[in-house]
Amino acid sequence: MTDLSTNTTVSAAQPGEARFGDYFALLKPRVMTLVVFTALVGLLAAPVPVHPFIGFCAILFIAVGGGASGALNMWWDADIDAVMKRTVKRPIPAGRVEPGEALAIGLALSAFSCVFLGLATNWLAGGLLAFTIFFYVVIYTMWLKRSTPQNIVIGGAAGAFPPMIGWAAATGSVSVEAVLMFCLTFMWTPPHFWALALFMRSDYDDAGVPMLTVTHGRRATRVHILVYTVLLAALAIGTGFTAVGGPVYLAVALVLNALFLKGAWEIFRRDEAESEADNFKTEKRFFKLSLLYLFAHFGAILAEAGLAQFGLGGWA
Amino acid sequence: MSIAKQHELHKRRFGRNLGVGLVLAAFIAIVFGMTVVKVTSGNFSAALQGNAQVQNGN
Repeated sequence: MTDLSTNTTVSAAQPGEARFGDYFALLKPRVMTLVVFTALVGLLAAPVPVHPFIGFCAILFIAVGGGASGALNMWWDADIDAVMKRTVKRPIPAGRVEPGEALAIGLALSAFSCVFLGLATNWLAGGLLAFTIFFYVVIYTMWLKRSTPQNIVIGGAAGAFPPMIGWAAATGSVSVEAVLMFCLTFMWTPPHFWALALFMRSDYDDAGVPMLTVTHGRRATRVHILVYTVLLAALAIGTGFTAVGGPVYLAVALVLNALFLKGAWEIFRRDEAESEADNFKTEKRFFKLSLLYLFAHFGAILAEAGLAQFGLGGWA
Repeated sequence: MSIAKQHELHKRRFGRNLGVGLVLAAFIAIVFGMTVVKVTSGNFSAALQGNAQVQNGN
């Protein structure tokens, strides 16, 4: 009789013997926090009240759908993840999870999340979640990411859908407010990722991903960051005067967009020698600010919705 | 070497099985909770009444 406990040659990275946490890591939990938060804002900012348990389920299913698309992304991109420093420790390139397992988990969770979101809320929300997964996996991951420097611009739409899905889950429809929240995330994505590409430069070069820094050069990327930040600022501040905005949102938007524009201007003015001299300090600061920027804008929309309960939110 | 000795592999399997078990338990709780909310909400009762009226020919 043999017992596996006596077999001391089993590798910690043996395929098929992953920890539960390795499967959870396939769902990109850090990205999921953004999905959960923006979807929650979309759900709570909607003018139709939702039963708390149904609201909880809706956010959970949206998060699971987002995680499923992350697993499918890791399955498809395992080859380039193995080349990039930032992603080499992910479960598939690290050998802890088989690509087939990631595919199976991604497909199963995609179907589960869309069907259950439809059952819990409505089929528009379920359909939007299905479209988001399709857009992220097929349009962005399989097609755009490796074929065009506009990958981030168009692919960013996938990350922009959650607040719209949250809104649709509550109301059963898509309105101007939901589109504005979509546009906010959509316009925010390019400067956020281009800043990352500026200081993680060898990663995308090594992997052969046609990021703007690789195809059009780093100077062009700095110009693009500034242009997109100007457009984003106009949109973000303009949103302050709509139904989801209000004094609190506008105050937050004015401060953060001033800081964001300042950061983009500083990135625009710098050259490579200057950036390398301080190890891309400005670019890294801009990237960190971009995270705060999005969370604070959606937090302000949530605050306006919360104040509206007491007759204080918005411009009315 | 004792047969009862736990290998790191067993700990990993136990952790994975425990995780799957908890996910399944959460799934059951969610389906149960959703069912309770849907059944007790006004829309579901109204739909049942509507069906009953159709069946009775009213």
